Amino acid sequence: MSFELYRESFPFRISEVEIGASASGNGQQRSLRVGGASTLPFLSFDGAPGHLPVVGMEVWDVVPEPWPVPLENVFGPVASDPVGWARHCVEEWGAEFICLRLRGADPELGDASPEACATLARDVLDATGVPLVVFGCGNDAKDNVVMQKVSESCAGRRCLIGPVTSDNYRTIAAAAMVNGHLVIAQSPVDVNMQKQICVLLNDLGLPQTQIVMDPTTGGLGYGLEYTYSVMERVRLAALQGESSLASPMIVFCGFEAWRAKEAKTGPADGVVQGALWEALTAGTLLQAGADMLVMLHPEATRAVREHIKALAGGEMAI
Amino acid sequence: MALTGLQIFKLLPKTNCRECGFATCMAFAMALAAGKVSLDACPHASDDARATLGAAAEPPVRLVAVGQGEYAVELGGEVVLFRHEKTFYHPTALAIEVRDDLPEAELKERLSRIQTLSFERVGITMRVNLVAVRHAHPDPAFFIKTVELVQAHSPLPIALVTQDPAVIRAALAIAGSRRPLLWGATETNWQEMTALAKEYGCPLVVAAGDLAGLASLTEQVTSSGHKDIVLHVPAAGAGDALRTATAIRRMAIKKRFRPFGFPILASFGDGRDAYLVALAAATCIAKYASLVVLDTVDPAVVLPLLTLRQDIYTDPQKPIQVQATCYSIGNPGPNAPVLVTTNFSLTYFSVVNEIEASRVGTYLVTVDTDGTSVLTAWASGKFGPEQIAEAMERTGVGEKVKHRQVVIPGYVAMLSGRLEELSGWNVRVGPREAAALPGFLRSYVTN
Ligand code: B12
Ligand code: SF4
Repeated sequence: MSFELYRESFPFRISEVEIGASASGNGQQRSLRVGGASTLPFLSFDGAPGHLPVVGMEVWDVVPEPWPVPLENVFGPVASDPVGWARHCVEEWGAEFICLRLRGADPELGDASPEACATLARDVLDATGVPLVVFGCGNDAKDNVVMQKVSESCAGRRCLIGPVTSDNYRTIAAAAMVNGHLVIAQSPVDVNMQKQICVLLNDLGLPQTQIVMDPTTGGLGYGLEYTYSVMERVRLAALQGESSLASPMIVFCGFEAWRAKEAKTGPADGVVQGALWEALTAGTLLQAGADMLVMLHPEATRAVREHIKALAGGEMAI
Repeated sequence: MALTGLQIFKLLPKTNCRECGFATCMAFAMALAAGKVSLDACPHASDDARATLGAAAEPPVRLVAVGQGEYAVELGGEVVLFRHEKTFYHPTALAIEVRDDLPEAELKERLSRIQTLSFERVGITMRVNLVAVRHAHPDPAFFIKTVELVQAHSPLPIALVTQDPAVIRAALAIAGSRRPLLWGATETNWQEMTALAKEYGCPLVVAAGDLAGLASLTEQVTSSGHKDIVLHVPAAGAGDALRTATAIRRMAIKKRFRPFGFPILASFGDGRDAYLVALAAATCIAKYASLVVLDTVDPAVVLPLLTLRQDIYTDPQKPIQVQATCYSIGNPGPNAPVLVTTNFSLTYFSVVNEIEASRVGTYLVTVDTDGTSVLTAWASGKFGPEQIAEAMERTGVGEKVKHRQVVIPGYVAMLSGRLEELSGWNVRVGPREAAALPGFLRSYVTN
């Protein structure tokens, strides 16, 4: 019997985005390229699946309260020093980028000054040599001033800053454009709103190659399926020609997973249930098109990196 | 692919004899295309017409049952490639492997651990579905003994994992009436295996090293009259498993390629790194496996996988919800705390579990938010002060307690002022995450 494999081809591809750049005169900084896919994730028999997804780790400016025990066990010794924590992530745990979450900028969680945030971001960038994502505290007014300062202190280094939403994007997007950064375009698990924020940014002069989309991550068991389907729809629409959705996507697996009660419980030894909770959040969203995965636990980081290699490797027997 | 009226018309006798109740063959064909009548109404249709129309009516992925009674599982029956297009219908079954070379005590221990792999979540019991008995010991008697023990100690359906037809035949003598999965047929043994599957009416795994081989093997098995098939291409890693399953399912659904119109099995028996095995299994749950075989009984691995399965197989059109009313949890008295939340099952059960853990009798008022979470409902105007005040009023919680203080979720602290105005109750802002509720409630009632 003759057998012919059915292959799918899409007319468009995801834009290629480069994050990270060296300060002039300093060749130490690594950069990362993401995106470029012309197929659904890892379906190399259809065409070019683009750059492999990258795995980064999240670092917080203030020690989280309360701190789940399994996280305290690993981060306890480094958590009070975000720069040291970030270096540890890169040097010991293989983080390909760092996501600095500026929780302490929140007026209710310490109200750190924009200047202090900017210095910290710059220090992390210089200490690690890997690309930096800077994520705001969620208070729009505060994030606007903080991100302005951050983009100045890290000017020219192609950091990924945000998030920006349809309700709050002008200040941060303008600061990013002036200082050569990229922005995180966030939507609340909604394809149309994702498109809306990207169009608004495009109109402002920010091209798709300077945008990474955050469709909002729901953790395993806590809304994951909604994020999963929205991401699949976004990716399919982009490959079929919806140019305003053709940016890579970032997901925050560690942060969301550790909110789950199940992450904080589980057997005392062996597999760390919380680490697997984030790894599976990541592993599932990889299939929906995640390009940048932000993790917390080192075991989850390691496992997801190896899993990506396994997904990319091997030949299908036709 | 559904046929058009015209295509069907061409297959009919074109005599307009009216015996079907329609004036013309054409009218009957149109009704048939619209799914309003069955071909059986035409007594003159040829065998050829029946075969063609019958195939068109078959589902793209056959539904295959394993086991019998309460614990039986159905595999396949899917009609879309992406859950947002409709939904996925039959959750991926999880099988746990046991080998026949395990010492009896260890085997029993493993079986009792498999029994405990059952968890309550969102009011639904999630558990593993099968025990896969692998023939590894050189002496077939061990296999038979193991099958006996498994049947005696586990209510779950069984997969018989051996390629030796003589061994399967012997095992079927004791397990054949419980519709085990025979795993299975290969290029070399398929004739005997198919005969056994037919004789006992059992589903059969058909395995080949590549897709072309699989297609021709399933053709052979189906043409010898057996259709309850599960497809398997052993994969070297997660990438192969993903691509193989995707290629199979796409051809079944988009091309109606019959040899691939069956559920898919993925197996990760020999992985050493539990995280990587779980990630490979998760990939296959999302992408097209109807049966995943694991070699672990670690609840820290199984619970996350079962949770993922529940997520992926939830109908995207209808979130699971509970009735919007006032629930009494524990034995609340007139001084019991009053809490409010939404009627999204996930939210409701997260809160109820913690209230139960606190052992503080509590009234929980659920607002009808169309089954959405606290912040989703707040952002879409379904969990505002008006709706909460209305729900408190309607459920008459004020008549059950002597006090006038209500606890709201920490994430919606901003609505407390307005809620106080509307309801006339004092509003106390609770913790953000339900996990903090036991501590909160205990100190709340002592003050
Ligand atoms: C999945 C999801 C959806 C799903 C809906 C899922 C559902 N059935 O509710 C979909 C995709 C449909 C959706 C839609 C929208 N969403 Co939505 N969604 C999410 C997401 C990713 C997870 C929500 C979830 O399921 N949480 C899990 C449940 C269990 O959490 P929970 O209900 O809050 O319950 C916890 C606590 O609150 C606490 N708790 C609960 N009750 C009580 C009671 C008491 C007394 C106490 C003390 C504690 C307590 O216990 C629980 C466990 O800890 C979140 C972002 C995120 N990662 O959280 C956004 C999010 C909630 N969505 C958001 C928005 C804006 C929307 C939309 C309005 C967007 C739009 N305009 O289309 C729509 C509204 C749709 C509609 N018209 O109904 C925003 C809300 C922003 C805000 N702060 O106001 C969020 C935060 C995303 C964001 N960052 O922008 N969403
Ligand atoms: S019974 Fe059959 S042959 Fe007769 S009119 Fe109906 S369709 Fe035509």
